[in-house]
Amino acid sequence: MAHGSSAVNFKNPAVRWVDRRLPIFSMMHREYGEFPTPRNFNYLWNFGALSMFFLILMIATGVMLAMHYTPSTDDAFASVERIMRDVNGGWLLRYLHMNGASFFFIVVYIHMFRGLFYGSYKAPRELLWMLGVVIFLLMMATAFMGYVLPWGQMSYWGATVITNLFSTIPVAGDAIVTWLWGGFSVDNPTLNRFFSLHFLLPFVILGVVVLHIAALHVTGSNNPTGIEPKGPQDTLPFHPYYTMKDTFGLAVCLILFSIMVFFAPNFMGHPDNYIPANPLVTPSHIVPEWYFLPFYAILRAVTFNFLFIPAELGGVILMFGSIILLFFLPWLDTSKVRSTKYRPVYKWFFWLFVIDVLVLGYMGSQPAEGINVLIAQLATLYYFVHFLVVLPLLGKFERPKPLPRSIAEAVLPRGGGAADMAAAPARPMDKA
Amino acid sequence: MADTTEHGADPEHEGGTRRDFLYLTTAAVGVVGLGVAVWPFINSMNPAADTLALATVDVDLSALEVGQAITVMWQGKPVFIRYRTPEEITEAESVDPAILPDPQTDAERFPVEPNYMVVVGLCTHLGCVPLGQKSTDPRGDYGGYFCPCHGSHYDTSGRIRQGPAPENLLVPAYAFVEERQIVIGEEA
Repeated sequence: MAHGSSAVNFKNPAVRWVDRRLPIFSMMHREYGEFPTPRNFNYLWNFGALSMFFLILMIATGVMLAMHYTPSTDDAFASVERIMRDVNGGWLLRYLHMNGASFFFIVVYIHMFRGLFYGSYKAPRELLWMLGVVIFLLMMATAFMGYVLPWGQMSYWGATVITNLFSTIPVAGDAIVTWLWGGFSVDNPTLNRFFSLHFLLPFVILGVVVLHIAALHVTGSNNPTGIEPKGPQDTLPFHPYYTMKDTFGLAVCLILFSIMVFFAPNFMGHPDNYIPANPLVTPSHIVPEWYFLPFYAILRAVTFNFLFIPAELGGVILMFGSIILLFFLPWLDTSKVRSTKYRPVYKWFFWLFVIDVLVLGYMGSQPAEGINVLIAQLATLYYFVHFLVVLPLLGKFERPKPLPRSIAEAVLPRGGGAADMAAAPARPMDKA
Repeated sequence: MADTTEHGADPEHEGGTRRDFLYLTTAAVGVVGLGVAVWPFINSMNPAADTLALATVDVDLSALEVGQAITVMWQGKPVFIRYRTPEEITEAESVDPAILPDPQTDAERFPVEPNYMVVVGLCTHLGCVPLGQKSTDPRGDYGGYFCPCHGSHYDTSGRIRQGPAPENLLVPAYAFVEERQIVIGEEA
């Protein structure tokens, strides 16, 4: 049904003419029209489409903002204020862009949560997952550089702290930081290159998103049971079923987004960033944007030298390591059962991991002193234990619940599932 | 193409035909060429000539009285210069370096003219600007500088005494061109 490049016979002669020469209409029909999609998606499956929406929103608002922004240390702050006060609708564009960044991360984090809970990273979707991690890394780089552009106090000092991380690299560290800065501190050359890269990277993200979706359309989507569709009774055509479901989810999301943009546009920002950058005065409490907080907590958790590795370098290694680990997740998790619904022991570890990340996020927002340091260290330790100890071992020892024989059997009221399920013996290595 | 290669291969010279050699040398030249071509792109991000031209700064200290301090910008970073009082110098010299987290004597830090403390005003922890240049600023428990970000205390020689900072405040390269005039950024 979904396979083969059989051209659709379109009624409109113009469409047919184009499609014979470049079959984009056939492709759209095949990949977004009749594309067989598991019938049992829940609302967590909306968040890929929502991420796409926010990427496009960020590019659209960003291109408009770039028409009014001046990337120079003398004028950047004033040009942003001019966008807020004088440019027609500039305040709206900027607030959409600012809050759009936060919402982009919210929906992407929920999208990742979905993938983790339902084991969407497992074979044959490893590459799909890894492309997602690449997108996540690119998003973080883009967001970091974008936050520098208004040239407020948090912009300047955030950029200083983060670029200084590279100075911990042995031998070449200082040369690398000078190269990143284009000078001897965060200054005009730094702002200019960050603007250039902040403009470029979203299009790189868009390119990787195309690969991410292409890989998705090879394997097909995972679903809440984690078992593959076995036939037409398990799937629905993407249109109209999931186009409608995604549209409904988008409407709900946009209501929440509008509440933030119109009634609390600065809720997720820092007041200090409305003070122009001043290299002579440090804000008393430098905090990154909320979406970096768990990683910031890991960075600061290392307060001691480990063997020959100084504390600062140790923190940097762990922070990057915490994301690099995600690339190896498909092989670290040895369980063949995808969905956490059928993993009675992993379920508890999964939620413990979620709480652990939330604790790290909270610790990242707090001053690193007293008991906070110890809590952040324990949470960091558990983060790595989860990936490097719990996931590899649990797949060997856990006895998963019996899997339904098909999606239809699992979700249809008269699928006759209960009796059969009791009959199916549960084995530790039950195949999905 | 592939077939041609197969036919041209001499079975007695396995893994090393003339064509393999040409492939490898061509690839090597290509890689070197690519590296050479990429270098101007990477190098364009290094400090430009006008940025490098500002790598030193002259500071006139003649107006500075005992106990006073000035902050100058050097390479985009604040440099603290303090005309220390005799008590501050005595205190800095009397410390046994063995007890310090980053052992250094005051004479090692300011060998030419101990009256002036010249340090980069960035905390070695995360790069905040410490307080203590103004007489009304908190100067921490050791009379030098206090970083409000994470509570590092520096003494009257700019050495770390307490708190998370790993190193003493950096002493920039500087030289006296006249009795009371220095160039920061130039070796003595």
